[in-house]
Amino acid sequence: MEDLHLEFTVVPDDFTRAGEVSGKVKKTLKDLGFPPLVVRRTAIAMYEAEINMVIHANGGKITVTINPDVITVVFADSGPGIPDIGLAMQEGWSTASEEIRDMGFGAGMGLPNIKKSSDYMDVQTELGVGTTITIKIFTNP
Amino acid sequence: MNDKLHSVKLDKELCKGCTTCVKRCPMEAIRVRDKHAIIINERCIDCGECIRVCPHHAKKAVVDTLDVLKNFEYTIALPAPSLYGQFKGILSDRNVILTALKHIGFSTVFEVSAGAEAISTLTNREIRKSKENLPIISTACPTVVRIIRMRFPSLIPHLLDFRSPMEFTARWAKRLAQEETGLPLEKIGCIFISPCPAKATAVKLASNADHSAVDAVIAISEIYPKLRTAIKRVIVPEDLAVSGSPGMGWAVSGGECKAAAISDNLSADGMENVINILEALENEELPSVDFIELNACVGGCVGGVLTVENPFIARGRIKHLMKATAPVLRPDQCPIDDVNWDHSVEFDPSLRIDSNLSDAISLLAKIRDIESRLNGMDCGACGAPSCHALAEDIAKGFATEDQCIFIVREKLQGLLGQHENPDGTAEPAVAKEAESEEQA
Ligand SMILES: Nc1ncnc2c1ncn2[C@@H]1O[C@H](COP(=O)(O)OP(=O)(O)OP(=O)(O)O)[C@@H](O)[C@H]1O
Ligand code: SF4
Ligand code: SF4
Ligand SMILES: [Mg+2]
Repeated sequence: MEDLHLEFTVVPDDFTRAGEVSGKVKKTLKDLGFPPLVVRRTAIAMYEAEINMVIHANGGKITVTINPDVITVVFADSGPGIPDIGLAMQEGWSTASEEIRDMGFGAGMGLPNIKKSSDYMDVQTELGVGTTITIKIFTNP
Repeated sequence: MNDKLHSVKLDKELCKGCTTCVKRCPMEAIRVRDKHAIIINERCIDCGECIRVCPHHAKKAVVDTLDVLKNFEYTIALPAPSLYGQFKGILSDRNVILTALKHIGFSTVFEVSAGAEAISTLTNREIRKSKENLPIISTACPTVVRIIRMRFPSLIPHLLDFRSPMEFTARWAKRLAQEETGLPLEKIGCIFISPCPAKATAVKLASNADHSAVDAVIAISEIYPKLRTAIKRVIVPEDLAVSGSPGMGWAVSGGECKAAAISDNLSADGMENVINILEALENEELPSVDFIELNACVGGCVGGVLTVENPFIARGRIKHLMKATAPVLRPDQCPIDDVNWDHSVEFDPSLRIDSNLSDAISLLAKIRDIESRLNGMDCGACGAPSCHALAEDIAKGFATEDQCIFIVREKLQGLLGQHENPDGTAEPAVAKEAESEEQA
């Protein structure tokens, strides 16, 4: 059986559409019959990464690869990059502006939540070039 | 799910195949095939939205009629709190309505609002002792429970595992009636007066598992004319009311939260709002609350599709009646040991595209491939609610591409293009037209 590939584009700065991709993927995973917990973990991790692309980068591309054993999601943006990934992974660390915080984001919980919700997480980032985050959620971890 | 376990049905004679319901069904459960709508039973949650929107009144709720009273020696009417808002001029004494129920044939009446009020006290207690599964989600609306079981299974642990006020009250009333009359249980009939088909389905489902104390469900709209006449004839109302005002408030969205006196709560009504809240809760985007009350109908049960009065007018009347009612339930003996479900609620996988994960993934690849050939307008002319739904139907063999008017048009253009025009020129007439359309 071939893996199923889904591709999405995330538009920058449009908060009304933030979460749209993770919502679509959540529905797809439910339709496919993935266990509720797998769907939920994927949706939560994806939501955080998608929002980060909207807030901190200039949007980007999300690629989802699905097979019965593992869901792999790659978030690729060509935003500013993350200067200190060790720091960024800490709970509560955020560079979000006042304006963004007023909208309810910027608690510095996104990346730690992605880590918590997924079984594997890899961050490749280069200043001025962009960030690529890969996560995996296993059906039977 | 078995066809018999649904209450929303279609009248083929009246259906014009207009697709109004197809687009409005929150479960994408309706298709138009051969000029008539059909309901896919596995997907339907009996929310009644299709009954509400059908301009030809071709969708019906299959519920009981007053004839069922003949089946029992002793009958108890269990009026849903929403019944109280249906009658013009009744703003202070609901005993008039309760007495009229007896006059149209019931042996006695027992208010569901009394059961609701007892449940509220228990809900309050339950929430105080809950820690892990907060917020607790109300389970009074069967439509909401059905959609959670099908679309939001990860939220099942949040469901309040209490019987609905209808079931709870039926048990209570039956127990009292048995003590009073000495009759065996099967001779006592509990008849719920319902605002919606969903409650009727809930009874059918529970009876199937032998767990319902409700013997029949009659629509508010069914007894309304008779009851209205009987109300006008009541001279001295009997004192039949037992519940306090909080129980009556359950008829209206937000009333359950109020009755349970839970300050950190959230209530939402109408299917679209309900779905949004469930999505948000599942995504952990909601502020933390202790209790969530959800009603499928706009305004709460006063908005049920089997009610008669406009929900906002009904709400106003109920507020008046509540002011004229004691703040608490009469201290009757309440069987509080009887509140928990007999069985836990389980995930209903009816929406899965295939029961096998690998097959589902292959099938979805096929669906997406078909969908890429459809025009993406979601026009509904094919009788499916969206291009994606048609693609799924085609992939599963329930429909063909020829149902898409755009595909048919393309095929037609292809065919015509191969022939000479009547005037002898070689120009493909239809293709030319399409071309100029594109330019426009
Ligand atoms: N795709 C990205 N491109 C550039 N910087 C990023 C990206 N994702 C995260 N960051 C940086 O990492 C920091 C921490 O991210 P994290 O998602 O944990 O918190 P946040 O987005 O600031 O707040 P929250 O996610 O709680 O709303 C961000 O403030 C930002 O500086
Ligand atoms: S009752 Fe509700 S779920 Fe069932 S077919 Fe009608 S609109 Fe759809
Ligand atoms: S909100 Fe009330 S009337 Fe509407 S479906 Fe739910 S229980 Fe029935
Ligand atoms: Mg973030």
